[in-house]
Amino acid sequence: MLTYVAKRLLHTLPVAFGVSIVCFMLVHIAPGDPLTSVLPPDASAQLQAEMRKIYGFDRPLPVQYGLWLLKTLQGDLGVSIATGRPVASELWRALGNTLMLAVLATVIGFVLGCLFGFVAGYFRGSWLDRLASFVSIIGVSVPHYWLGMVLVIIFSVQLNWLPATGAGPGGSADWAWDWVHVRHLILPAVTMSVIPMGIVARTVRALVADILSQEFIVGQRAKGLLDAGVFRHVVKNAAPTALAVMGLQLGYLLGGSILIETVFSWPGTGFLLGQAIFQRDLPLLQGTILVLAMFFVGLNLIVDVVQTMLDPRVQRS
Amino acid sequence: MRIINLGAVALLASLGFCQPSLAQGVLRIGMTASDIPLTTGQPDQGGEGQRFMGLTVYDALVHWDLTRADRPSTLIPGLAASWTVDANDKTKWTFKIRDGVKFHDGSVLTAEAVVWNLDKLLKTDAPQFDQRQASQGRSRIPAVGSYRAVDALTLEIVTRAPDATLPYQLAWIGISSPAQWEKLGRNWQEFAKTPSGTGPWKLTGFTPRERAELVPNKDYWDTTRIPRLDRMVLIPLPEPNARVAALRSGQVDWIEAPAPDAVPSLKGAGIQVITNAYPHNWTWHLSSAEGSPWNDVRVRKAANLAIDREGLKELLGGLMIPAEGFMPPGHQWFGKPSFKLKRDLAEARKLLAEAGYGPAKPFQTKILISPSGSGQMQPLPMNEYIQQNLAEAGMKIDFEVVEWNTLINIWRAGARHESSRGATGMNYSYFIQDPFTGFMRHLQCNLQPPAGTNWGHYCNADMDKLFNEVRNTFDAAAQSKVLERIHEKYVDDALFLMVTHDVNARALSPKVRGFVQAQNWFQDFGTITMSP
Repeated sequence: MLTYVAKRLLHTLPVAFGVSIVCFMLVHIAPGDPLTSVLPPDASAQLQAEMRKIYGFDRPLPVQYGLWLLKTLQGDLGVSIATGRPVASELWRALGNTLMLAVLATVIGFVLGCLFGFVAGYFRGSWLDRLASFVSIIGVSVPHYWLGMVLVIIFSVQLNWLPATGAGPGGSADWAWDWVHVRHLILPAVTMSVIPMGIVARTVRALVADILSQEFIVGQRAKGLLDAGVFRHVVKNAAPTALAVMGLQLGYLLGGSILIETVFSWPGTGFLLGQAIFQRDLPLLQGTILVLAMFFVGLNLIVDVVQTMLDPRVQRS
Repeated sequence: MRIINLGAVALLASLGFCQPSLAQGVLRIGMTASDIPLTTGQPDQGGEGQRFMGLTVYDALVHWDLTRADRPSTLIPGLAASWTVDANDKTKWTFKIRDGVKFHDGSVLTAEAVVWNLDKLLKTDAPQFDQRQASQGRSRIPAVGSYRAVDALTLEIVTRAPDATLPYQLAWIGISSPAQWEKLGRNWQEFAKTPSGTGPWKLTGFTPRERAELVPNKDYWDTTRIPRLDRMVLIPLPEPNARVAALRSGQVDWIEAPAPDAVPSLKGAGIQVITNAYPHNWTWHLSSAEGSPWNDVRVRKAANLAIDREGLKELLGGLMIPAEGFMPPGHQWFGKPSFKLKRDLAEARKLLAEAGYGPAKPFQTKILISPSGSGQMQPLPMNEYIQQNLAEAGMKIDFEVVEWNTLINIWRAGARHESSRGATGMNYSYFIQDPFTGFMRHLQCNLQPPAGTNWGHYCNADMDKLFNEVRNTFDAAAQSKVLERIHEKYVDDALFLMVTHDVNARALSPKVRGFVQAQNWFQDFGTITMSP
């Protein structure tokens, strides 16, 4: 197992290098001037040129990339052009907020998704299957930013039960696990959980239906195994794939929550990424994309390892 | 029953104690900015940054008078109690620094401190030079050549050439505390966390991108402007729907720029929607480059006569002031232009025909527009409406939609630049608060790109003469008269497609009292109180 983990870790190195090149080049290829956010629109050409030199944007791209990579390897992601604050500090704060949101959304999505998936797969063809499938299809299909707005209108504006925006009354800096703060987490987490819920439910339904039709289940039943015992076998067989899907979903949620975090003004990586894009804040954009990509790579690694531990067939292969 | 009543009273009282912030007068504002503006003295985030983090924590040598809602703002003394220009050398200005003013850290304001502040923006080898503040502040004071402290309370500024607009330029420059910067290890990052200015508000803390808290400076030198609130909280909420939801759910008491389509529901919920004229315009900046069809004044006038501004106002739910000129109606520099901006399709068609356009030679050109942007209001539906208006007059307009930041770069590059893609106009909204931003930068000959932002490459000797006259007229009333003449020429020559002015809409909870919305990009929050 250790050799496997070490090998997988080694595989991540070229991936990380490729990701660093792609994310650096992509943000430079995109149109727009990185100094737009720090200069008044009518800044003179001379001032623009001076500032370009001060920020190092007058150098050739390969030189800029080399310098950035060198600093990144030393743990220095640079300084945000728009805010003047270190990218690392901006990113860690946002990452903490997004992790909190994404993990909660994944847990909600996974639990509900498994529930609906098992029910639908176990009672295939029944009205329960149709109901659970309907809910999971809705989950996959509904635009989550739209759902977020609807939830805000109902629960914040009309009923005034939950706050509409932000990460706590005093911001995320004074976050605490009490009701005053946790209530800020509920609407974005529920909104974010809808897609993983749908995807996990569809996957689990298909898995359960497939496992139930296999010969070993028929054999178990013929030997007189009760439904509870059959259920245990189904769970054991479906778990590795469901877990893999969940791991991927967590990765997506970490990086792909721009719309939800914007709707709820949640100060996470999605919100940060959105602002960095609009402000052409290249160091922040590069740093955020790189770290999120590495998170995705890391999550895939963890899921693979856990899957290997759960499923001996994967280990053997 | 009595016990129940007492219980109810106790419950209500306890609820009151649970929300002490509202009872003590805390104002929570949802800004359109995505981050807390730079706190070191020279804020970023444009007009909004200056409004919330510039003129709250800091003072400039010259202030805008923000006390009146019924007339456009004028300049008044700020940290400079008075100023004069040398009668023999019109480049030499003397500013008398207000005596007894203290920074929030307790240090005293002197002329040396002002020199130190100018160095932080202009002198790249000064220890306190700050590139972030410089990038915001340097372009605001192009006239400043040199400066020195004559004595503790006398500052001398020498301009590069005679320039009577210097006070307008200095109104942008916030004065930070040199003592606080020294105390914090000569570090602007640290200074940003615990800034010190002389303004009516002190920043007590902030979480980047989430909130900033300000409390009144009880020792403020202008006792009439000491804030009445206990605290003011600034919350960045860039998404318009999130701002409305936050206000409707009671998370904030005030939002900037509510979307027009949200206004009826806000009013229905008892929210105050406050508007007023201010120096903003929404135009098509027309190109005067070679081959532009707008070089013919008859075409420019025809386009201006084709616009149905009242219909556009209806489209925006009333949240606009139809343009009668380049400046808003009633502005002190409006003057008496003879060309009236009304809808007259017959006259528009006649002018077009005189210019040689008709069925045999249809008018067709390309305009650059953006889907969104600071001050751009609702650019897509508004431009489509105008496109329809112009089509009715026989003018076919093709749009090329570019992202807002790209449009800014094209605007800097000029109409002749390849990035303008052959367009002969662009939809651009303008901050027009002072002579430079209002008039000169758009049309002065020597400000054609790349030297400046005269995007359309307009160059006219008479106009340049008027600009020169403004710079050399040091009497405020006489200068205003020259500015009126400039505005008359802007309108009578129909130099822009003048469409509308924004109304600076903001939505306030019914609890917010005492706000006077000045006809200005900046506002004074000192008069506000919160009712329980």
